[in-house]
Amino acid sequence: MATWRLVTIELKLALREKVGPLWGVGFPLVLLVVLGNVPSLREPQEVNGGLSTFEIYVPVIVLFNLAVLALIAMPNALAGYRENGVLRRMRTTPVGPVRVLAAQLAANLAIAVAAAVLVLAVAGIAFGVRLPGSLPAFLAGWALVTAALLSIGLVLTALAPGRSQATAFGTVLYFPMMFFAGLWIPITQMPPWLRDVSHYTPLGAGMRAFQEAYEGGFPSAQPVLTLAAYTVACAAVSVRWFRWQ
Amino acid sequence: MPSVIEVRNLHKRYGDHVAVHDVSLSVEEGEIFGILGPNGAGKTTTVECLEGIRTPDGGDIRVLGLDPARDRAEVTRSVGVQLQDGQLPERLRVAEALELYASFYDTAADWRGLMDSLGLTAKAKTRYGKLSGGQKQRLSIALALVGNPRIAVLDELTTGLDPQARRDTWDLIEAVRARGVTIVLVTHFMEEAERLCDRLALIDAGRVVTVDTPAGLTERAGMGQRVSFRPSAPLDDRLLTALPEVAAVTRDGERITVDGDEDALNAVSALLARQGIVAQRLRVEQASLEDAFVALTRHETEGK
Repeated sequence: MATWRLVTIELKLALREKVGPLWGVGFPLVLLVVLGNVPSLREPQEVNGGLSTFEIYVPVIVLFNLAVLALIAMPNALAGYRENGVLRRMRTTPVGPVRVLAAQLAANLAIAVAAAVLVLAVAGIAFGVRLPGSLPAFLAGWALVTAALLSIGLVLTALAPGRSQATAFGTVLYFPMMFFAGLWIPITQMPPWLRDVSHYTPLGAGMRAFQEAYEGGFPSAQPVLTLAAYTVACAAVSVRWFRWQ
Repeated sequence: MPSVIEVRNLHKRYGDHVAVHDVSLSVEEGEIFGILGPNGAGKTTTVECLEGIRTPDGGDIRVLGLDPARDRAEVTRSVGVQLQDGQLPERLRVAEALELYASFYDTAADWRGLMDSLGLTAKAKTRYGKLSGGQKQRLSIALALVGNPRIAVLDELTTGLDPQARRDTWDLIEAVRARGVTIVLVTHFMEEAERLCDRLALIDAGRVVTVDTPAGLTERAGMGQRVSFRPSAPLDDRLLTALPEVAAVTRDGERITVDGDEDALNAVSALLARQGIVAQRLRVEQASLEDAFVALTRHETEGK
């Protein structure tokens, strides 16, 4: 009862906060629609294995949404709670601050699911982009990236002294990570060494898992292990260094 | 009466700084127990150890027979807490906060009734960030009481409230106590301590100076009366200082101020009557808790 109420409250607060909904959901959707209306991006490209640049961007936009929620919106909210004594206040109740953290994760997860469904649906219905060849595989890849990113978001929250630093760390980390997801140059068009680097970054590994799912296969060992390693390492660091006040 | 809180030789330091040297006190069931002391005396640290959000470095604490550091879950169910700097998310609405906190407890109070009695119903849909300081304070008190606690620990209860809201809050606290809730009140506000508290622990520099009733504390400070007036005709100071009840005489323009023991007023009046002098704008000050506080904490510093 208390847990469920906490999750709904956190969800409401996240929606009122606007960072997540606006930058994590609204902006990626606008980007999708804008890109979808550029004719040259809709043409199949030899370098992309016959896919159009637009089609390659669809999973990038799903990652864009996840990264904003996990690296910026969530650390911002949690570090703010710590700074304002919200977590401290929770320590004096039977529920405790761990469940606030869990509710924050659940709320951001819910927004992320809604956004991913929305992006895939708009891409499919409005622009005729085909769905991933294997939806369960895509889901598995998505779950892995999400776990890794939320874990990284928790590390940012744990290590940042205050709310403003948490937001700053998140934003600074966000751009190189999105670069390796192929936001500016698709991964297939990167020089080989950069592509190799990309595969070992969280979002690059995520893109690889998505690509494999689009081709109908489950994520291969490399992205799975990379993402699992990020998740476990970051979870361990945040458990060790998380401060409630 | 059985004691519901027992603190023995509490010691707590932050790095090199010792916040609480040695505090022992016991709070009885159903009383309003005040913890009074200057800023930085260790009041807040003491109650935070009771609440279980700080772990003592030494000493023993029992709250309803439980160790707050170890039996946290159990203690949080029976102890309602108002933190000095405890806050809520900026965008959380008043009614949402109360409903949420009510859901944390198995035996929660009626949060709507509580919201009403704290005068927050008109603000039910207002976000926490948009509340005034006094409204935030009242919400914080409501949240401390929403779990129907057996003990309520209130830190800086009425700081930031206007005089009317302060009196309303005092009435509320008395009503809560009338229901049998034990209240621990941290304050540096003398009027509040005098009005509400059954007993007071005076804490200074991390130690308990004394525990007594407000009246007992005032008496213990051994302070008398201060009489000041404007004589209708010239009056020789020596006549006043000759009185055994008078300790000191000071003049400020035409106004004479006489400090003396508890019979000073009678002695001065008799003297003036004998001289045929009328005391104009007569003012008598009884030693207050505040004077006692200053006197007792000063004794402590000099004693070291």
